[in-house]
Amino acid sequence: MGDGDFVAFIMMPVKRKFDAVIVGGGGAGLRAALQLSGSGLQVAVVSKVFPTRSHTVSAQGGITAALGNVTPDNWHWHMYDTVKGSDYLGDQDAIEFMCRHAAEAVIELEHMGLPFSRLDNGRIYQRPFGGQSMNYGGAQATRTCAAADRTGHALLHTLHQQNLKARTHFFDEYFALDLLRDADGYVLGVTALCIETGAPLVIEARATLLATGGAGRIFRYSTNAHINTGDGLGMVLRAGLALQDMEFWQFHPTGLPGSGSLITEGVRGEGGYLVNNRGERFMERYAPHAKDLAGRDVVARAVALEIHAGRGCGPHGDTIHLKLDHLGAALIKDKLPGIRELALRFAGVDPIDEPIPIVPTAHYMMGGIPTNLHGQVVMPARFGPEEPVPGLYAVGECACVSVHGANRLGGNSLLDLVVFGRAAGNHIIETLRENPFARLLPESAAEGALTRLERWNKTGAGENVADLRLTLQTLMQRHCGVFRTEVLMREGIAALDILQTRLEGVRLADHSQVFNTARIEALELENLFVVARATLVSALARTESRGAHARDDYPERDDDHWLKHTLYTSENDQIDTKPVRLKPLTVEPFLPKERTY
Amino acid sequence: MRFSIYRYDPEQDAKPHMQVYDLDIDPAGNMLLDALLMIKDTLDSTLTLRRSCREGVCGSDGMNINGSNGLACITPLADLKQPVEVRPLPGLPVIRDLVVDMTPLNQQYRSVEPWLNNADPAPEIERLQSPEQRAQMDGLVECIQCGCCSSACPSFWWNPDKFVGPAGLLAAYRFIADSRDQTSDRRLDNLQDPYRLFRCHGIMNCVTVCPKGLNPTAAIGKMKTLLVKRGA
Ligand SMILES: Cc1cc2nc3c(=O)[nH]c(=O)nc-3n(C[C@H](O)[C@H](O)[C@H](O)COP(=O)(O)OP(=O)(O)OC[C@H]3O[C@@H](n4cnc5c(N)ncnc54)[C@H](O)[C@@H]3O)c2cc1C
Ligand code: SF4
Ligand code: SF4
Ligand code: FES
Repeated sequence: MGDGDFVAFIMMPVKRKFDAVIVGGGGAGLRAALQLSGSGLQVAVVSKVFPTRSHTVSAQGGITAALGNVTPDNWHWHMYDTVKGSDYLGDQDAIEFMCRHAAEAVIELEHMGLPFSRLDNGRIYQRPFGGQSMNYGGAQATRTCAAADRTGHALLHTLHQQNLKARTHFFDEYFALDLLRDADGYVLGVTALCIETGAPLVIEARATLLATGGAGRIFRYSTNAHINTGDGLGMVLRAGLALQDMEFWQFHPTGLPGSGSLITEGVRGEGGYLVNNRGERFMERYAPHAKDLAGRDVVARAVALEIHAGRGCGPHGDTIHLKLDHLGAALIKDKLPGIRELALRFAGVDPIDEPIPIVPTAHYMMGGIPTNLHGQVVMPARFGPEEPVPGLYAVGECACVSVHGANRLGGNSLLDLVVFGRAAGNHIIETLRENPFARLLPESAAEGALTRLERWNKTGAGENVADLRLTLQTLMQRHCGVFRTEVLMREGIAALDILQTRLEGVRLADHSQVFNTARIEALELENLFVVARATLVSALARTESRGAHARDDYPERDDDHWLKHTLYTSENDQIDTKPVRLKPLTVEPFLPKERTY
Repeated sequence: MRFSIYRYDPEQDAKPHMQVYDLDIDPAGNMLLDALLMIKDTLDSTLTLRRSCREGVCGSDGMNINGSNGLACITPLADLKQPVEVRPLPGLPVIRDLVVDMTPLNQQYRSVEPWLNNADPAPEIERLQSPEQRAQMDGLVECIQCGCCSSACPSFWWNPDKFVGPAGLLAAYRFIADSRDQTSDRRLDNLQDPYRLFRCHGIMNCVTVCPKGLNPTAAIGKMKTLLVKRGA
């Protein structure tokens, strides 16, 4: 395709109009879409992959709701656990909303056909997870509803099926580029790129919902799918809006190097333990009582410290060994067959004879696009810190409502998707009913996105996307991983500044319009860069340790100064803060206490 | 390791060709997907394929590997004879390189109305289902719609518009097997013609290639029996 053709595109991309456009076909996007399609609105779901390829499909353990099918339970206890798990950074109104609506949201999924595992009495199977208690911190609760160890797969396919039934309009394999806005800041849709044909497209809508998922690929070692590149976050930052609490990333202590596949905590539950290159069982030093079964954040941090101190294993000294050969072949084959298969497959070691190399692995992004409990994106403005951005919504891992605060509990993410997906859908329906007319889309609204796209048409020699991506991921793993200090992070930002200038020199070798994945990877890289910067700058600003954000130079939680959310905007790398919502909707607040388990 | 990979970009190429790549990669612990991405990252960024989860659950990277359909991300390099020949899934239109047009599969999937139908008023709690009833769906709900099966099925190659194909039929049976669904009859009606179900000749290619170890032929057999029983 010659330059002339491209100019023609810039002037006149094809336009489509819907009542609402949803960017993202994972659990969050599909739950919201269903609400809208069911109400008779015209809704488009834009997804860069066929919806059932979204990352939600990988979730294993389950979705939390106080159904009480196994142990006595109620949503108040679930709320308490979630507030405490968040290290008191979660907004208690949103947490109350989520826990209060959890049971009906899960029952609704069952009615849609989700093939949950069952108890003997025919009710939904539930399993215990970490951080779940009865009676506000009492005995272990059993709260996670599961479809075998494939809950995310079951959930995503069910929601996709229901959307097919509701005739939701899908733009499968379309890559969203940027938000469309007018001079008053109203969001009027998105620009997108058809991956198959390379043609840009303008999708106008009276409501735009971002459900683009996580961004775990900013790190070298991540349990996340390749597609988790934080595109929605990039769109928001480029629109001049803020991201909230981006310093909070959950690291799982035991992921496989390279592939990043998860090695369950169950291995340590069965008696496996971690050793450094001297064969020392180092967790005895960090957590004399709980040792290898200390909290996830504690173990992840210890592993990072050992590697950093030069006691890492392997040819590059960049892993730690998870030893289980002492458990014997019989136990491993009987209790941990899946793990053995994973280790054989992805690490080339048989844990019966050899230790499994592991590294702390980025797993979940607690921060994201700030929203209220209707999924409306909120920003500081004239009348307060949380004014809705007209026309814009966000739900799911890309959003920060904030129910997970500084640390997410297992099973609460899938819940977050469906509870707030539905709530956002309902709010959009009401808003559209009250505002039946579309605002005028300015002629120039798509210009920024199209210019950005055109930049990748430049030919000639230059650096390549894959090299920069790897450098960026390695930088983030080293300078903003589990182990953070001011010096380390300042070095990280300086290195990122240099890398940023190199980004301008990147050139594509692939200029085909047909299914050009090289170009998609370049656009994703731009998003990875801004998300990485937001993470580093926010992490540097927060001079305390809370939940997943652990700083060596500020090891204590500091409620006097930091019981508040950070807000990052790209211009001048600005950090603002806003208060945590400590007041629930109806119940008494849970006041911050020391967090011990 | 040596790879021979199917290349076709409709913008540049009059017809497809095979391209050879020599890659310095340790087969131990690496999957075919790792090799393909390494080729894309270090040798040739124009190589085009789909991928997402890289652990065999999303169904993105079905392809034909040394003559047999499978998922690149869970196919160990160590098991592959060299040169490793990689082609797009057969029987589907090629968009570019290893990327095929999945529309025929998606249309057939839609055609079996893959969603639960139950007209009773929704109870306040879950619809009860015993573990035994739930077990009827084992081996059905695990499908990841990768298309490896249908694209290995000769009946589907010849009649992609009329024969539902193993992936779609497995989905059809998943709802018939679900004790909560009330429309088994309608689902069977929907399959009752010489093509939609009965074009399956039990060749079992689908079973051989399914990367999740599922058995579409068995599901197809059960539906044929049901149709015969009710006097088809
Ligand atoms: C290994 C693993 C196991 C997990 N297990 C659990 C569990 O047991 N329980 C639990 O509660 N949580 C679990 N989680 C977390 C949970 O799975 C995720 O947080 C959740 O699925 C995210 O859903 P989502 O809908 O927000 O986004 P996703 O499912 O990631 O979907 C994002 C969507 O956005 C689309 N998209 C993104 N960018 C663009 C763009 N530029 N243009 C167009 N479309 C775009 C994608 O195509 C995709 O459809 C797990 C996470 C991992 C990594
Ligand atoms: S039955 Fe198996 S091969 Fe066929 S689509 Fe499903 S998972 Fe893929
Ligand atoms: S058994 Fe039937 S569906 Fe499977 S490959 Fe053979 S003809 Fe196709
Ligand atoms: S990349 Fe998801 S199945 Fe292979």
